[in-house]
Amino acid sequence: MSTGSNRPPLLEVRNLRVEFPTRRGTLVAVDDVSFDIAPGEVLGVVGESGAGKSLTGAAIIGLLEPPGRIGGGEVRLEGERIDNLPYERLRRIRGARIGAIFQDPLTSLNPLYSVGQQLVETIQTHLPLSASRARERALELLREVGIPAAEARIDHYPHQFSGGMRQRVVIALALCANPRLIIADEPTTALDVSIQAQIIALLKRLGREHGTAVMLVTHDMGVIAETADRVAVMYAGRLAEIGPVRDVVKDAKHPYTHGLMGSIPSIGERHERLLQIDGAMPRLTEIPSGCAFNPRCPQAGERCLRERPDLMSAGSTRAACWLYDRGGVGAKLRRETVDA
Amino acid sequence: MIQSRERPLVRLSGLKRYFDVSPPWLARVLERKPAAIVQAVDGVDIEIHRGETFSLVGESGCGKSTVARLVVGLYTPTAGAIEFDGMDMGEKRSASAMSAIRRRMQMIFQDPYASLNPRWRVFDIIAEPIRAFRLASSKQEIEERVHALLRQVRLTPADGSKFPHEFSGGQRQRISIARALASRPEFLVCDEPTSALDVSVQAQILNLMTELQRDFGLTYLFISHNLAVVYHISTRVGVMYLGRLVEVSVTDRLFRRPKHPYTRMLLDTIPDLEMSGRQRNPVGGEVPSPINPPSGCAFHPRCPFANERCRIERPLLLPIEGGTVACHGIEEGRIAIEDRGLRGPARAVK
Repeated sequence: MSTGSNRPPLLEVRNLRVEFPTRRGTLVAVDDVSFDIAPGEVLGVVGESGAGKSLTGAAIIGLLEPPGRIGGGEVRLEGERIDNLPYERLRRIRGARIGAIFQDPLTSLNPLYSVGQQLVETIQTHLPLSASRARERALELLREVGIPAAEARIDHYPHQFSGGMRQRVVIALALCANPRLIIADEPTTALDVSIQAQIIALLKRLGREHGTAVMLVTHDMGVIAETADRVAVMYAGRLAEIGPVRDVVKDAKHPYTHGLMGSIPSIGERHERLLQIDGAMPRLTEIPSGCAFNPRCPQAGERCLRERPDLMSAGSTRAACWLYDRGGVGAKLRRETVDA
Repeated sequence: MIQSRERPLVRLSGLKRYFDVSPPWLARVLERKPAAIVQAVDGVDIEIHRGETFSLVGESGCGKSTVARLVVGLYTPTAGAIEFDGMDMGEKRSASAMSAIRRRMQMIFQDPYASLNPRWRVFDIIAEPIRAFRLASSKQEIEERVHALLRQVRLTPADGSKFPHEFSGGQRQRISIARALASRPEFLVCDEPTSALDVSVQAQILNLMTELQRDFGLTYLFISHNLAVVYHISTRVGVMYLGRLVEVSVTDRLFRRPKHPYTRMLLDTIPDLEMSGRQRNPVGGEVPSPINPPSGCAFHPRCPFANERCRIERPLLLPIEGGTVACHGIEEGRIAIEDRGLRGPARAVK
């Protein structure tokens, strides 16, 4: 589903599968995930820990940690298939056409080099610039991401920056070669709320001004609601729902998304109890047959135990739920609720 | 505000805790480095009443966790007093008298992976306070009590024979809660109990905490940086900035009519789930180092309303509209107090 533009998608992910071979068989951590990102679009990917959202991002930029591997599907960037490229070719694309931002800014920066050296090195790797021109560009980038007194700060080392400033440096690094797509994995999770708001504002502005598309991976629905155009909700390695962010946040179709939204305390409505999804997400070794959410789903029917739903049209979003199929969920299951 | 005439369960007065983070003596002499003192908590007064949930909220480094640890006695105060049910905790007492007070307060920590001993079975983890405080006389009594506690936190007695690693994060936090309840405390200090959990599990734990409070008449001191969680669970809220309280108010009023500029800034940072399209105004700057806190009002370098007085004179917590605020601008009437509605300036339209 696209946002209504006729432009071809910048990134196409088709039936992506990420697996981990183990002694007791292959674990499927990302299972049959498909989505597009249009140029300039911000796609939020949300889910709880273990849902496979970070692995999806890592698979796209070819940074899966072994033994994790892409077990099937395709990833296309501007029409060109990138999931089967040799390491060196992919390394060129990474950085030049796809930038990456990770959760912990301290581990993304080399503590032994000043931020200026790291920026200049990255710029010269991807762009044919002389050292002095590259330094100028580095300064420009630091100003752009809002680092005060950039001329003085460029020769400082990462430990001399605060957490929020470090994350700005990481964003500047990701922007070095003007990538078309940035994959941001929990970019604000390690930061304080006031800094988080600054970083979100920065990401939004950059997307707008440069037409950079962003794949924003986070567990924080609030960040998604503020930043994303569309949102993909993942559960147990699969897409549960995908659609325009407003529709998913305000009128979720999949019972999991609905429960997830209800379990977030919101200011303005005080209830004695929060909506609660009983149980916990299954481990990769024990994903139930049929719909992976069926043991926790209040609306599950017997069809949900047998058949796995694909994404299907559910009003303004697409949800992987038999409720939106003409066949329905089948005979309703009766069961007692159990807590996690 | 709860205007109870009865004695508060917990009273903190002029509470301070400084940490010496100076470089070693020789380095100080040779490199002429000054001594460095972190003023983690710098004069905090709080009264917590029976049956209420008092929350402390603020960004990292504001001293909220230090207050929690001071209250349960994990740190000793540099200055100031902690009173529990009228008894001064700093007073010298016999070990048995101290233990009788300690039994009445317990703590739940943020990280359910680090706060449970991985070599102990869950049964022994929960039984430890019962044994330590000699609350049961026979093995059978201990067993019954542990099983009852496991059921209260919605686990099963069979879970007692497992080890912590066999449980998910949410289940581990349930075990921590069962352990905290084992000594039948009246007062629970909860330091970010849900920050390490996924939202759907967070909802389960918050619901459980609300139920337990109702069933056992518990009083909570709740520490969190998550304003939505604080809004959901608290009776009253104290906002901390660099070791000091800047505003204390009943929850609803704090969120509806915030007074201190820092409180307003914090509320502005709450992501807008209602999609009202409201523009957030992220305040520039970051929390300064508590080693050299700014003079006067600690918030003045980031405050849009700061003037000369704010730079020099430290504001005191003064009563206003049933709460208290430490701000010269509010005191002088320079800063207008507005109803911001619960969702910020632009109300959500459905």
